[in-house]
Amino acid sequence: MKLALLSDIHSNRQALDACMDHARAQGAQHFAWLGDLVGYGADPGYVVRQAMALVAEGHCVIGGNHDALAVHPPAPGDRAASTVAAQGAGWTHNQLTPPERAFLANLPLVAEVGGVLLVHASADAPERWRYVDNEAVAGQCLDAAAQRPGIRHVFCGHVHRQTLYYRGTGRGLMRFAPQPGVAIPVAPRRQWVATIGSVGQPRDGDPRAMYALLDTDAWLLRFERVPYDHAAAAAAIRATNAMPDYFALRLEAGR
Amino acid sequence: MKLLEPGTEIDGFTVLECIHSGGMAHIYRVEYAVGAPNPGFPLAMKIPRMTAGDGAENIVSFEVELQILPVLTGPHVPRFVAAGDLERLPYLVMEYLTGRTLQHWLDAAGRPDVATIARLGAAMGRAAHSLHQQNVCHLDLKPGNVLFTHDDHAVLLDFGLSCHAHYPDLLAEELRRAVGSPAWIAPEQVVGVRGDPRSDIFAIGVMLYELATGELPFGAPTTPGGLRQRLWMSPMPPRQHRPDLPEWLQETILRCLEPEAAKRHPSAAHLAFDLAHPDQVPVTERGQRQRGPGARTHFKRWIKAAGMHYQPSPLPTRQIEEVPIVMVAVPHDDVTDATLYSLRQAVGRSLGIRPGARLACVTVISPSASSSTDSEHSETALHRQHRARLRQWAEPLDLADHSVSYHVLEAGDVAQALVRYAEGNQVSMMILGAATHGLQTQRFIATVPMRVARDAPCTVILVKQALPFAQLAREYSE
Repeated sequence: MKLALLSDIHSNRQALDACMDHARAQGAQHFAWLGDLVGYGADPGYVVRQAMALVAEGHCVIGGNHDALAVHPPAPGDRAASTVAAQGAGWTHNQLTPPERAFLANLPLVAEVGGVLLVHASADAPERWRYVDNEAVAGQCLDAAAQRPGIRHVFCGHVHRQTLYYRGTGRGLMRFAPQPGVAIPVAPRRQWVATIGSVGQPRDGDPRAMYALLDTDAWLLRFERVPYDHAAAAAAIRATNAMPDYFALRLEAGR
Repeated sequence: MKLLEPGTEIDGFTVLECIHSGGMAHIYRVEYAVGAPNPGFPLAMKIPRMTAGDGAENIVSFEVELQILPVLTGPHVPRFVAAGDLERLPYLVMEYLTGRTLQHWLDAAGRPDVATIARLGAAMGRAAHSLHQQNVCHLDLKPGNVLFTHDDHAVLLDFGLSCHAHYPDLLAEELRRAVGSPAWIAPEQVVGVRGDPRSDIFAIGVMLYELATGELPFGAPTTPGGLRQRLWMSPMPPRQHRPDLPEWLQETILRCLEPEAAKRHPSAAHLAFDLAHPDQVPVTERGQRQRGPGARTHFKRWIKAAGMHYQPSPLPTRQIEEVPIVMVAVPHDDVTDATLYSLRQAVGRSLGIRPGARLACVTVISPSASSSTDSEHSETALHRQHRARLRQWAEPLDLADHSVSYHVLEAGDVAQALVRYAEGNQVSMMILGAATHGLQTQRFIATVPMRVARDAPCTVILVKQALPFAQLAREYSE
């Protein structure tokens, strides 16, 4: 099975379409979205409707912290309302219809597809939204996932970077920076944790969208970078007249 | 682990006979069982020893080879055919190559002559370079892992300890430990660096030292302290073992064995180049050395080595791209000053942005030019004259940080000679004049620059004569 893994779409319609088209052209048959469908971007309604259609076809969508925020945006004056993540959460909330909000509210936080575990943040406490951004957290995430029978691979989003953690000959996990477009053998003989990067909000200085393709027959994992019309996505953010200009700027810079 | 009986069938392959039974694996000749397509070359099957008594390293290194061998290409590796599932039935089927390993030369009575050592060494350099161009460092080059299908062509075997920069390194661990064969392992490998192509150059240096002298430069240490010795120690000069060795060969071998990777040849292509052009190797103190460095030098290096620790390496391809071999074809007939000037400008610019590049200045002369008197003396004189001209041409270039060499080729077909030279020496970039050798007059015939651009295995820069003189003249007249 060829499974396309997309995460942190952040209401970026242009990046989402580019990644989905790319994945289909690569022969992806199944899709899994790893949370943070909305927030920051200009097209929350479009992205959520796409997700609802996917779920109706039997694909997998799980929830992230921004999806929870859009359902219950912090009230103005609330301490949580001053964070960057919360900016525009109220606007996003208002763009969504009640059924769309209900869809987001009911997303699972963890799912198993094709023998791999999918979670937005760390699998050891999905609701705490821990960043899997070092070997130690990746190890805890893996230990929690390995409690489930047959699980050798965990795929996460949330950190907006593409990283593969694996066990070398020592006890702890090792960090590996993958080269986009190279198929990496990830045989289930070993255990693996991957953060697949962000579709709609790249933050490593490269504005191209990120996703990953997993072949669960050959056990090959390919991290991808896809160019998309980030100028159009930034223009759409400015056109809302509600989101901070900073959200548009960072798409152009990939920061 | 029990040996398989001839006639046993494994996943569609029939076992013929066992050709190697080592500590890590058994290797069998196999063929496709009846009915399967014939790949057109003989096959070998490698089965790792994986029973309880065998070490866990066996399994990991088999896993590493399983990762790397299928993606390697080119004439310097055996072709991959099939692999068995690691959990169920681990095996690798690959091309079976006939030839002799380097061990054969080491076991032979007497040491090979200098020309043979250079030929074998250059072949190893070319093979290693081909691997490095694919982002792989072998990291376990030793006489048993280098197979010569003939004297000029080496095939590298056994990728169980190799490192592919695009894949997670399964042999890495947080407490970096030396992985490799003690006699041939490079100093940086001792402190856990995996992925520097210059580690393979060190191993080739150890093998050249063995070929030349019959001795191992650092012995075969069995303790970590013994291994660390090579972080600061220079071996006894090869000429002390064998005084008839030329200085250039000692220079080349000891350069491979420099404790600091940065002091070795910057790429295996540079090493192969030196071994193929002995007369162009600049001999330094290293080549003339009568004994190893004194206690003072060793002590200074020892202090420096005490602080040496693991550092990640950049991608091998990026490392070797920074140190290309740049070749310039300098014409000698019908050539204007403007052409020579423009060529020099282009070479200067190309070298300026590549600090580690080496420059090979080549000129092609007609074979008839030297055969008129049929005397070897006059041929040498003619070559000397052309080399002097090349040197003169290169004089204005700032070559302080670049190694440079001068070559006179004799050939009737200039384009073919240039292309062959580029192929034979892993040249990354060739610079030649666009308008030389008759481009303007022969519009419908394949001219030298066109044929070179079409056939060369590397980037070709065609230089037009944009000459200050003519331009100045035009500007004045306007």
